[in-house]
Amino acid sequence: MGTPTTSANLGATTFALMSARRVLIFGGIALIAGGMFFGDIFAVFVLHQNGGQTGAALLAASRAVAVGDSLAVKNSFQHIGGLLEDHGTKVDTHVHMTGAGYLALLLALLQPYVALPPKRKRLLAWWFVAGGLLLPTGIFLIHYVGLAYSPSSVIGWASVLADSAGAVLIAVLSAEAWGLWRHFRSGTDVTEPSLPRDRSWEDRILLSAGTFLVLLGFLYGSWYAAFDLYEHEVRETRILKSMLASATNGQGGEARAVADYGSLAAEKAVKIAAHSHIIEFGLLAILLSFIQPYIQLSEIWKRRWVVVLLAGSVILPVFVLLELKLGLLAGAIADVGGLMVVVALLAMLTGVVRYSGSLDAAASAKG
Amino acid sequence: MNAAQKILIFGGSILAAFGMLYGLHYAIFVEHQTLDRMGGSLAAAFVHAAEGNSPEAETAVESYAATKYEYVRQVDVHSHWIGLAMLLILMGVIFDYVAFSLRARFWIAIALLAGAFVFPFGVVLQTSRFGAPLASALAVLGAALVTIALAAVALGLAVRTPADR
Repeated sequence: MGTPTTSANLGATTFALMSARRVLIFGGIALIAGGMFFGDIFAVFVLHQNGGQTGAALLAASRAVAVGDSLAVKNSFQHIGGLLEDHGTKVDTHVHMTGAGYLALLLALLQPYVALPPKRKRLLAWWFVAGGLLLPTGIFLIHYVGLAYSPSSVIGWASVLADSAGAVLIAVLSAEAWGLWRHFRSGTDVTEPSLPRDRSWEDRILLSAGTFLVLLGFLYGSWYAAFDLYEHEVRETRILKSMLASATNGQGGEARAVADYGSLAAEKAVKIAAHSHIIEFGLLAILLSFIQPYIQLSEIWKRRWVVVLLAGSVILPVFVLLELKLGLLAGAIADVGGLMVVVALLAMLTGVVRYSGSLDAAASAKG
Repeated sequence: MNAAQKILIFGGSILAAFGMLYGLHYAIFVEHQTLDRMGGSLAAAFVHAAEGNSPEAETAVESYAATKYEYVRQVDVHSHWIGLAMLLILMGVIFDYVAFSLRARFWIAIALLAGAFVFPFGVVLQTSRFGAPLASALAVLGAALVTIALAAVALGLAVRTPADR
C-alpha cells in the first residue's frame, strides 16, 4: 500500500472531517460517476431502441398520411411525443448530474477564497450536493409522473422538483459568489489553505491532457457550427417535405425518407455527443489533477488509473463519431470507453475514501 | 491571487449563475410551450397532408423548422454559458501554472471572459429580430476569442516554469 503524497498535517488542514471541501469532493466525484454510469446504461439499453421506435412511429404516421387517416396521424405523433420526452429527459438527467458534479469539484477548489464562516460553507456544500442529486432525479421522473395531480396544464410535479432543485443550486452559487466578492473586496488572506499541488506525473499529465482535450473539443465544435449545423437544419426540412410529398403522391418513397431522417438524427446526435464529451472529459481531467494528493493508492496504481481515465476519455468521443461508419461495433467500444472513465473515477474515489479514513483514524487516536 | 485570476474566478461565477438563471427562466416560462409548439407544428403538417392540404402542410413544416431553429439555440446558450463559466473558474485556479508574464495572463483572462460571454450571446441573438449576420459575427468572434485564449493557456501550461525544473 502506498502513502499519500502529502503529510497528515496538510490533510488535516485542507481536508478536515465533514468540511465543505470534503463534502464537495466526495459529492462531486459521486455525482460525476453516477451521471456517467447512467449515461452508459442509457446508451446501451435505451438510446438505439428508442430511436428505432421513433422511426417506426414516424413511418406509421407517413403511411397514415398516404391513406388519408388523420386520426392515425395524431395517434402516431402522440406516441412520438412520448418517445422524444423519454429520450430527452434521460439525456438531460445524465447531463445535469455530471454537470452538478463538475460544479461541486470546482466549488471545492474555490473554498479558500469564499469569505464565509466554516459552518455556513459546510451547509452550502450539503445543499449543493442535495440540489445536484434532486435536479436530475426530478428530470428523470418527468416522463413517468407527467401531469398527474398537477394543478398546471403544462408543468407536472416532477418538473416542480427539478426546477426547485435548480433554484437551490442557483441560490448556493449566488451565496458562494457573495463569499468570493467579500474576499476580493476585503483583500484579506485566504480563509483556509488551498489544495496542495504536488506537480507529480499524474498531476502534470491530467492538467496538460485535460487542457488539450478541451481545446480539441472547441475546435471540433467550431467545425461543426461552421460546416454541419446549418446544413443539418436545411436537410431536415427538405427530408420532412419529401416524406410528406412521397406519402401524398402515393409513389411509396416514405420509407426511404424516414430512413434518411433517422440517419440525419443519428449524425447530429453523434457529432454533438463527441463535441460535448471530449470537453467534459478534459474538464474532468483538469479537476482530478487537484485531488491527486488525496488519493491513497500506490504510485503505480495512481498512474494506471490516470491512464485508464484518459484512454476512456479519448475512446468514447472518437468511437461515438465512428458510429456513423462502423455502426453498433463502434457504439459498443464507445460504451466501454465510458465505463473505463467510470471505473477510473470510482478507483480514485476509493483512494480518497482511504485517505480520509486514515486521516480521521489518526485524528481520533490523538484524542 | 492576481488580477487575471480574480477576473476568471469572479467572472466565471457570475456567468455560471447567469447561465443557470437563464436556464431556469427558460425551463419554467418557455421550454414546455416551445416543445408543444414544435411537436404541434410537425403533427399538424402530417394531419394537413393526410387531409390533402399540401400548402398548409408545407407551412406547418416551415413553422416546425423555425421553432426548432430557436429551440436549439436557446438550449445551446444555456449549456455553453454554464460550460464556459466552469472553464473560466478552472482556468482561474490553474492560472499560476501558466508560464507567461502577469500582463499577458491578464489579457488572456480578458479574452477568455469576453469570448465566454459574447459567443453564446451572439447565438441567442440569432433567434431575435436583429440582423442574423451581426449575431453570427458576434458568435464567431466570441468562439475565436475563447479558442485562441485557451490555446495560449495550453501553451503556457506546456512550457515548464522554473518551479517545475
